[in-house]
Amino acid sequence: MSGTIWKYGDDVNTDVIFAGKYTYQPMEPKEMAEHAMEDLDPEFAGKVASGDFVVAGLNFGCGSSREQAATCLKAAGVKAVIARSFSRIFFRNAINLGLPVIELKEGIDEMKAGDPLDIDFTKGIVHHAGRELAFPALPPEVLAILEAGGLIPFTRKRLGVD
Amino acid sequence: MGMTFAQKVLAAKAGLESVEVSQIVELEPDFCLSHDNTAAIAKTFKKIGVDRVKNPERFVIVLDHTVPAAQEKYAINHKEIREFVEAQGIKNFFDMGVGICHQVLTEKGFALPGKLILGSDSHTTTYGALGAFAAGVGRSEMAVLYATSKIWLKTPASFQLIVNGTLQPGVTAKDLILRIIGDIGADGALYKSVEFSGEAISAMDISSRMVLANMAVEMGAKNGYIAADEKTFAYVKDRAVVDFDPVYPDLDADYEEVMEWDASELTPQVAKPHTVDNVVSVEELAGMAIHQCLLGTCTNGRLEDLREAAAILEGRKVHPKTRLLILPASQEILMQAMEDGTMQKLVGAGGVLLNPGCGPCLGAHQGVLAPGEKCLSTANRNFQGRMGSRDAEIYLASAATVAASAVEGVVTDPRRFLK
Ligand code: SF4
Repeated sequence: MSGTIWKYGDDVNTDVIFAGKYTYQPMEPKEMAEHAMEDLDPEFAGKVASGDFVVAGLNFGCGSSREQAATCLKAAGVKAVIARSFSRIFFRNAINLGLPVIELKEGIDEMKAGDPLDIDFTKGIVHHAGRELAFPALPPEVLAILEAGGLIPFTRKRLGVD
Repeated sequence: MGMTFAQKVLAAKAGLESVEVSQIVELEPDFCLSHDNTAAIAKTFKKIGVDRVKNPERFVIVLDHTVPAAQEKYAINHKEIREFVEAQGIKNFFDMGVGICHQVLTEKGFALPGKLILGSDSHTTTYGALGAFAAGVGRSEMAVLYATSKIWLKTPASFQLIVNGTLQPGVTAKDLILRIIGDIGADGALYKSVEFSGEAISAMDISSRMVLANMAVEMGAKNGYIAADEKTFAYVKDRAVVDFDPVYPDLDADYEEVMEWDASELTPQVAKPHTVDNVVSVEELAGMAIHQCLLGTCTNGRLEDLREAAAILEGRKVHPKTRLLILPASQEILMQAMEDGTMQKLVGAGGVLLNPGCGPCLGAHQGVLAPGEKCLSTANRNFQGRMGSRDAEIYLASAATVAASAVEGVVTDPRRFLK
């Protein structure tokens, strides 16, 4: 799976990913995608292509627990978020919605906006500019949720609804 | 080796002798909070294919974020929540006006020592002030909690934050937590359980302790914890909805880091835009013009905060170049502030009283900011665009600093007003 990079810094919070003023309005994911990153990068929502990646520094998704921060990125076509570290609620939300989150301790600095990038999920490797960056596997309990496509399909299976 | 608070609580809830750091456990929270996001959670709940909420008595729902509805969309959201609550027989429902969810859960006796409380709100950490293990979760997981009562949690490593010494007059718990976050960084305690202790913490009232636990999430922490003591027991005595067993860390628990502060040396602090760890002393910013002052929210909207502000504003006026919004954290607090005359002083000085709730804290209504405006707020977040325009600036400080600055129209050290 390959796409290009949208690059941001440290401490990207969920308010700038999905603004509070929309948070308590009933909204479908497609409409949420139109507001993705509005207060950080007003160009993002109009230009992001399906299969692109968001790459950021430390503490991505800090702040509010709002799940739309993960929903809007996924609905906008973002295939994975790669960051040096994630805020814990955003991390959980992303997994629960089936949006892969990849923690990379090295190699983030070299990634520039617009660079092509490729991820091999089965091998756990990010390909960027001729480099192979290995990322750690998720704990099996967490991986099972991601592989089921998110927490809701996972729970349906578990409860025997499906 | 002994166990930290987080290890002990999670082991007890999971029915295990002990748990290791990073161990993933499945457990059932004692109470779960959701607020205006309940309608969205209910929709996700329906997708699970279960008809009834399991254990409805464990769920507490508070309408606080956009009340009263400022737009039809919000009104529809609230209506859907009221219908869901009724259909599911959820008794612990607090409609608009009762207060901000974190204050309501505390006042109504759900926040209790040793309990595991999860909420679909990041500041759920607040209940750690009373010795609970309390953390934020997302909407999908809350929907699954409605359906199953169960969730997985990873056992966090713990930090011990020790604060000795005595806070000086005009310096508050808010100044302390801003300083701590400034020192540790916005991601400095990522995934950690932070345990506050020391002389200065023991000396604090419950309101002040709630400020620390509320803002623990602003350094990335999973939860904040303060050991229950006589003050805690006195507070919950006539409020507790169920019995409880306090949980304390073992004396030989293993902390990933131990850090210390001296409260005696602390001065009033401010967090500058647009991150909470961008902290300087009030002195450094003194004189900067402020267009809006916000006194309240789940961080500093309690009676003690209102009184501190009233002591400064009594007999004075809000400066004509600024405006002051007053947002009590709950109806109970508002009633007390009216009974003891605090509210008369604040409104008499020119403050604008808003109904208990989140108000402009999340930028949805009631006093949002125009481009170029600066707001000095007692809230917990100063993120870009959070209170309206992305070209506005939010500064965070104590109730005393906000009141002093409201009088002068510029950032002002509250110690100037000490009698
Ligand atoms: S007052 Fe602000 S921080 Fe507190 S719960 Fe409401 S929106 Fe969140």
